[in-house]
Amino acid sequence: MITAFIFRALDRNTYIVLGLLLAVGILLPLLSLTDPSFPLHVPTYVIALIGKYLCYALLALSVDLVWGYCGILSLGHAAFFALGGYAMGMYLMRQIGARGVYANPILPDFMVFLNWNELPWFWYGFDHFWFAAIMIIAVPGLLAFVFGWFAFRSRVTGVYLSIITQAMTYALLLAFFRNDMGFGGNNGLTDFKDILGFNIQAPATRGVLFFASALALALGFLICRAVIASKFGKVLIAVRDAESRTRFIGYRVEGYKLVVFVLSAMMAGVAGSLYVPQIGIINPGEFAPANSIEAVIWVAVGGRGTLIGPIVGALLVNFGKTWFTSGVLAEYWLFVLGALFVAVTLFLPKGVVGTLLARAKARPTSTSAPAAVSPIEASIAAEEGA
Amino acid sequence: MTTLRPTKPILAFIIALLAMFALFRPAYGADVHPQVNALGQGDYAALESAITALAATGDPAAAAVLDALSNGDLYVRKSDGAVFKAVRAGDGYALTDLVTGTDAGTAARSDVTKIKVNNKIRGQIRAASGSLTLMNPDPKLRYAAAADVFKSADPAQIPLLDSVIAGEKDTGVKAMLVQARAAAVLKSDMSSDEKVAAVAIIAARGDQDALAILTGAGAAGADPAVKAAADAAAGSIEGQLQLWNGVQNIWYGVSLGSVLLLAAIGLAITFGVMGIINMAHGEMVMLGAYTTYVVQEIIRTSYPGLFDWSLAIALPLAFLVSGGVGVLIERSVIRFLYGRPLETLLATWGISLILQQAVRTYFGPNNREVGNPSWMSGTFDLGHLAITYNRMWIVVFALGVFAVLMLVLKRTPFGLQTRAVTQNRPMASSMGIRTPYVDALTFGLGSGIAGIAGVALSQIDNVSPNLGQNYIIDSFMVVVFGGVGNLWGTLVGAFTLGIANKFLEPYAGAVLAKILVLVFIILFIQKRPRGLFALKGRSVEA
Repeated sequence: MITAFIFRALDRNTYIVLGLLLAVGILLPLLSLTDPSFPLHVPTYVIALIGKYLCYALLALSVDLVWGYCGILSLGHAAFFALGGYAMGMYLMRQIGARGVYANPILPDFMVFLNWNELPWFWYGFDHFWFAAIMIIAVPGLLAFVFGWFAFRSRVTGVYLSIITQAMTYALLLAFFRNDMGFGGNNGLTDFKDILGFNIQAPATRGVLFFASALALALGFLICRAVIASKFGKVLIAVRDAESRTRFIGYRVEGYKLVVFVLSAMMAGVAGSLYVPQIGIINPGEFAPANSIEAVIWVAVGGRGTLIGPIVGALLVNFGKTWFTSGVLAEYWLFVLGALFVAVTLFLPKGVVGTLLARAKARPTSTSAPAAVSPIEASIAAEEGA
Repeated sequence: MTTLRPTKPILAFIIALLAMFALFRPAYGADVHPQVNALGQGDYAALESAITALAATGDPAAAAVLDALSNGDLYVRKSDGAVFKAVRAGDGYALTDLVTGTDAGTAARSDVTKIKVNNKIRGQIRAASGSLTLMNPDPKLRYAAAADVFKSADPAQIPLLDSVIAGEKDTGVKAMLVQARAAAVLKSDMSSDEKVAAVAIIAARGDQDALAILTGAGAAGADPAVKAAADAAAGSIEGQLQLWNGVQNIWYGVSLGSVLLLAAIGLAITFGVMGIINMAHGEMVMLGAYTTYVVQEIIRTSYPGLFDWSLAIALPLAFLVSGGVGVLIERSVIRFLYGRPLETLLATWGISLILQQAVRTYFGPNNREVGNPSWMSGTFDLGHLAITYNRMWIVVFALGVFAVLMLVLKRTPFGLQTRAVTQNRPMASSMGIRTPYVDALTFGLGSGIAGIAGVALSQIDNVSPNLGQNYIIDSFMVVVFGGVGNLWGTLVGAFTLGIANKFLEPYAGAVLAKILVLVFIILFIQKRPRGLFALKGRSVEA
């Protein structure tokens, strides 16, 4: 049944995207390991940079899954991203062992600094990777479940939901800034040494992390694709377009919303967990409401309601950001970002990918070439034909 | 002769007055040379009594003499036993008569002897100098000295206090002296009647210091009557202090609530009444604050005399600047997004980034200094509550803005049109109301009010490009909590959240209190998705 669930997702476009992601995920790290004199050599910092973008793309994909397909505009997805990041950060902190500044074999440096005597209970288990890996998915998922359970059941929708998700991430931001919380307070978690016994700074490790990010993004894409192509996905789109009508037909709307919200939060958590070892730090700033809203704009630029859109949007906007902020134009980046928000909502409501797809569809020749039809529309057509 | 005749009664009067002085305040204003010279006679014991005698005169010169004595600058002239302040000058000493403050010539080193002091004497000098200030002509200094004596509560000073109390004319100083005496009495071994009376005096003070003294008196466990009185008084003060503590929390909460109200009230119009999610609302507040800064800069450089009027000048300007920007935003962006709230949210977020960066580029990223006019600085006491003037004015101002806004919406043609358009747009339009025009002006009104809030907030917050960011989430919380579309809800919501926050703070700390309030609101919205005062009717399910 699961294989059928996955196989239904595998149309030609999905193959292309998956192939592309895996090719990039394998090729770039290999090129980065070549000799610097090699003409196609890729410097390590480029790997780190693009690896970061891939994590952002996965975050954007998770936002798109709830916003583009279910109409839930979450302004708190950075919270799930950061929680995943913190779970990974805690594992990496425990791997430091006695190599910290204070050389305490049990306690991370910041706890020694705060005169703590023993590890708080919620740090237990994070010395095992498998435990951290479970937490990376479980913690954001649990938060999303509790939050969504209450919110969807009491039918908090639209902008109200957006505002309380923002309040949620803001409350977490404030909480993680507190030293008493036991997550390093203001400074967060940093100074990582090893991951699974490999030096986290080594080019080979970075290459593997990059590949893992590309793989995670590909898997995320595949899962989203499978969800959207399923009957469940159809109901999601129905909820997005006419929530009350869907409810009256007899679907339990809150259940559908809850499942997709939790799934999306888990994806965001995985994105955060891959982001942290590549960046080398996680601090409460990641919870900032502005980060969540930025992730939303990646989706809007790329095109919500398409699965390629958020990936393209995240890559485009972040390439732009890097290009702008590294040059003399750094000061003007916020102007550009702000203008992007306004311009996309006013002139490109479907985003770049959505607009291109719509144009391709409008061309008369494309009716005979189904490949140009977007995955969703293809699946809708398939469903209707069936 | 005739012209001289009136002098005789005047002379007699002055003599009588001097005699009175001599009676009530021994030697005040009289020649204190004998007491000063007594310092130079004999051993430490004699010196001690001489210091006490000198201090008892209360003569202004005595302080200088005692000061010189403790510094070891006081010398006796062997020839006549007179005491001078002496400073080394060449081979000998330059002498100063400290009583008259005049130069008294020089003396050879062999002609004078230094008056030696030890630590015990120094201690005595310190106490004596303190009591001297009790007789200082300046009532403020006397009051401060009396407060010092109250704190030290030294039983040895009771006789001195008795004499000073008898001569004190200023009621405020006198009350303080009486309290100081009572505090000293409680530490002395005087009769229990005296102590019970003292307990009553201290209890009337009713503050934290009084509580400390009374607990001390009660714990001493000397006399059962005193202990009972002290315990009863301490109990009642504790109760009162707790009450005042509550009152103080309420005041702080009201103060925070007024800030929230100011920040949210413009949003209550744009979001509550019009349904526009304006994420750039905080930036409208910021623009108002920067307008205040610019006005103050111009006044500082060109018209310094007008500084106290700077806020009054800034108010209309801030309204115009923020309101103008608001109208511009509505006309250029928001009107294309009506009915698409999530897109509006994103577009206005973009606008907020642009405005922040524009201000950062033009004014720089650092905090700008906005001064308090004189009528907004300082504090006053209300019972045991210290209220700062700027906080008080902001509370008054917030309520004033709210009242004016209510009047505009309920009593003016413009308000009527606004309500008509928000309630039923097609109907309003068909009745001849220019709905786009009303939209723009209403959005401008909401933004302008945010600008006015910026003027007030510039008085208590840092004026930086990030100013607005600090308020945007709180503002939305207040509006959503209070109930969208209901200005009264915003008022109640702001003060409820402010007071709740301040009552949680003592137990949870500032940050945790804020988190708890946020969590509370999130849960509250689950229960009442439309806020405290929900609008009823068909327009709700738009």
